[in-house]
Amino acid sequence: MALPNLKQTATEARLSTLSMPSVGCLTEARQAALSRVQTLGLPGRRDEYWKYTRPDTLVQAEAPGAVVFQHDEAPMFDGFDRLKIVFVDGVFDPEASDDLKLEGVQIDRLADIADQDIHWIKDLYGVLEARGQSPVARPLAALNTAFAHDGVAIRVTGKPSKPINLIYVHKSEKSDVMLHHVIRVETGAEATILENGPAASRLNKCIEIDVADNAALHLICAQGRDHERRAASHMFARLGKESVFKSFTLTVNGVLTRNESVVELLGDDAVVHLAGACVGDGDFHHDDTVFITHDAVNCESRQVFKKVLRNGATGVFQGKILVKDKAQKTDGYQISQALMLDDDSQFLAKPELEIYADDVACSHGSTSGAIDDEALFYLRSRGVPHNEATDLLTLAFLAEAVEEIADQDIAASIVDRLENWLIRRH
Amino acid sequence: MAALDQTQVKEGVDQETVDAVREVGGAYKYGWATDIEMDYAPKGLTTDIVRLISEKNEEPQWMLDWRLQAYDRWLTKEEPNWAMVDYPEIDFQDQYYYARPKSMDVKPKSLDEVDPKLLATYEKLGIPLKEQMILAGVEGAENAPAEGRKVAVDAVFDSVSLGTTFQAELAAAGVIFCSISEAIREHPELVKKYLGTVVPVSDNFYATLNSAVFSDGSFVYIPPGVRCPMELSTYFRINAENTGQFERTLIIADKGSYVSYLEGCTAPARDIAQLHAAVVEIIIEEDAEVKYSTVQNWYPGDENGKGGIYNFVTKRADCRGDRSKVMWTQVETGSAVTWKYPSCILRGDDSQGEFYSIAITNNYQQADTGTKMVHLGKNTKSRIVSKGICAGHAQNTYRGLVSMHPKAKNARNYTQCDSLLIGGNCGAHTVPYIEVKNNSARVEHEATTSKVDEDQLFYCRSRGMNEEEAVALVVNGFCKDVLQALPMEFAMEAQQLVAISLEGSVG
Repeated sequence: MALPNLKQTATEARLSTLSMPSVGCLTEARQAALSRVQTLGLPGRRDEYWKYTRPDTLVQAEAPGAVVFQHDEAPMFDGFDRLKIVFVDGVFDPEASDDLKLEGVQIDRLADIADQDIHWIKDLYGVLEARGQSPVARPLAALNTAFAHDGVAIRVTGKPSKPINLIYVHKSEKSDVMLHHVIRVETGAEATILENGPAASRLNKCIEIDVADNAALHLICAQGRDHERRAASHMFARLGKESVFKSFTLTVNGVLTRNESVVELLGDDAVVHLAGACVGDGDFHHDDTVFITHDAVNCESRQVFKKVLRNGATGVFQGKILVKDKAQKTDGYQISQALMLDDDSQFLAKPELEIYADDVACSHGSTSGAIDDEALFYLRSRGVPHNEATDLLTLAFLAEAVEEIADQDIAASIVDRLENWLIRRH
Repeated sequence: MAALDQTQVKEGVDQETVDAVREVGGAYKYGWATDIEMDYAPKGLTTDIVRLISEKNEEPQWMLDWRLQAYDRWLTKEEPNWAMVDYPEIDFQDQYYYARPKSMDVKPKSLDEVDPKLLATYEKLGIPLKEQMILAGVEGAENAPAEGRKVAVDAVFDSVSLGTTFQAELAAAGVIFCSISEAIREHPELVKKYLGTVVPVSDNFYATLNSAVFSDGSFVYIPPGVRCPMELSTYFRINAENTGQFERTLIIADKGSYVSYLEGCTAPARDIAQLHAAVVEIIIEEDAEVKYSTVQNWYPGDENGKGGIYNFVTKRADCRGDRSKVMWTQVETGSAVTWKYPSCILRGDDSQGEFYSIAITNNYQQADTGTKMVHLGKNTKSRIVSKGICAGHAQNTYRGLVSMHPKAKNARNYTQCDSLLIGGNCGAHTVPYIEVKNNSARVEHEATTSKVDEDQLFYCRSRGMNEEEAVALVVNGFCKDVLQALPMEFAMEAQQLVAISLEGSVG
């Protein structure tokens, strides 16, 4: 079917500014992704999946500029023992990065594997993204597969002694970046991957994750504090038997963030937990869009998303649990909540269930509202000053999401960031 | 009920219980047709048909103009495709848009003059068209006080209203209850003032279609301060083949008034699917309250999904005045395809909207139903309780919107939608939209999906019930929140319907 005119024009305009990297073994995947973009067209304002978030600035040919935000907070995850992989405005920086050697992991830069024929990467790159295009189209991810210039391929074969930290530095006010990573955690292996930084004025990031049987992956991402940055990120994950995948995302500020997570539970007894905490004010617009497919027996999925909004900020949550007919004994849970600290903010949610198996327990909840007056009164009556009391209740509200992080030290560092955000606004 | 006939009755289960279950459990009870001579308008939809319907109803020019305008709009509209329902393309030119029993050619002056065959139809359905009778099959009703058990009925048969009972008694109270065609003739000022103000002509594809071709329906006006002395009810019967029914209901509750309105509907079992596209508009002024209850029992198609009614309905209540209140209660068991979202616009300050729904789908039925609660006024409150039960190869979707506008200070919503799946070939879905644009508004949404609890089933089985009875009982418990909101006459019928729809779904 031909695309509507507006969509066609916008898609062509965007494509005309891009050039496909000439890389050998991924060329086929990139070409296929390009034709997906051409068939689907880039997102438009009238698309149902973009009902609550305007895709215009993510799609337009030229990225809107974003001032690099100067702040005195120490970089996230500083002081943690980790292997650093640094990208500056979307380009791998070998000087700032550690030596990419760590026992139990094999790390390759995508740009370097061009002339090699690494099978596992070929089997993953663009593959999960393509699967994730149905039943809902995610054309920005296909665009990324076709044109991403940099990224890493991480293959976890054992249990590395420290986390791998992908650091995204934003330097140029005009940077428009596409990063694509592929991660495979082999049978029985386990790793933690950290991500932090704003990356660019406009970021389009795509991660494809394959967690094999009995493997485990923890992913913790802190999206940077730059006020004017825009980001559309996609995470596609596929889970094998008895595997575990846990992800947490912290978002502080940013004029536009759209985080899409697409997870398929394909092996029996697999577990996925997705959590997110975001705090923002002013023209902050944050969108969590989640699609979890249960396609195996006795799997567990858990989504916990919390948003604190003020001064006209907008929070969006679109979450879906799809339980296929053979996915009996599914345990699905989803909660999305917004705390609105003043009268101008808004929360828009669409928490969906689609269920075809009869022996399942699925529940979802969504609430929004202001700080509980009674709780506030109680704290005030115990002599806690107003601002502190509000902060305390706000942190308590966010706690359920932060508690999804298994590592206590990392969780504590996330809470620090949230506290700082609250204190800065007194 | 085949399954029950083969069931060995266990010791300790009394025959009366088994008989009662067998009684309610048969196949679709209302699937017979009335053999009667009909007048049809030619097949298809053109301006001529619109003119013909208007002419048959002896309508004034303004009404015809309104219809023609709607028809032009309809030609530019596309059929919506976002609902989770799947059905073959409808050929809108292969339908009759008007069918009237020949005997209604000369309008009967009272119900006594109506063709006995038609009256017998309603008698068979258990709907009394004689004023001294009470609704059939209501246990304990004879003990209720005489005032409490009166129900005025407007009987709509295919495209025409046969008549309305208790009109004189209602008129004495100032209440107008008649068919919409009569209201257009007798009370044009009221119809003109309110028609299309809640569901605009161009609201959606089916509402626009209805605006062009609606043939009859009910009209209710409750004057200021009047508590309607009895329940009002409309019973819709589709009888003719290949004929769409397009009824239009308009209810106006003026300041400080109250009315409880019931709606029921059935149709014969036919192999070819039939279209039903209704519009209901309710206007509620200051301090007024309307209860609107529906038991939708259109023919659902056979066990292979053949035939059945396509039910595309737009229902909306506008709580215009402060402290006005509306309660929608629906039990949806029939129809092959249901597309229906009774909604509340909470415009007045402190106004309230409630929506209670049980949707039961079996065999190849598909239901996509829910509500919209649009909070515009301060301190507005809404509550949504929706229970979806799904068996066989059916699909059941709850779709709803809760919208808190910036000026809806201190508005509250509570939503609970639960689904129950019986068997592994069906699907239950929840698609809620929640839009909160001020922080004093509080919104809570909860949804669960589960199967019939095995412990509960085991308990019932250990008390000697067979599996089917046990499932019906557990499901009745699951539905209690909704059934309790129904008027007595309906609660009885609904409980029986819950049992019927689950027949054959166990195991």
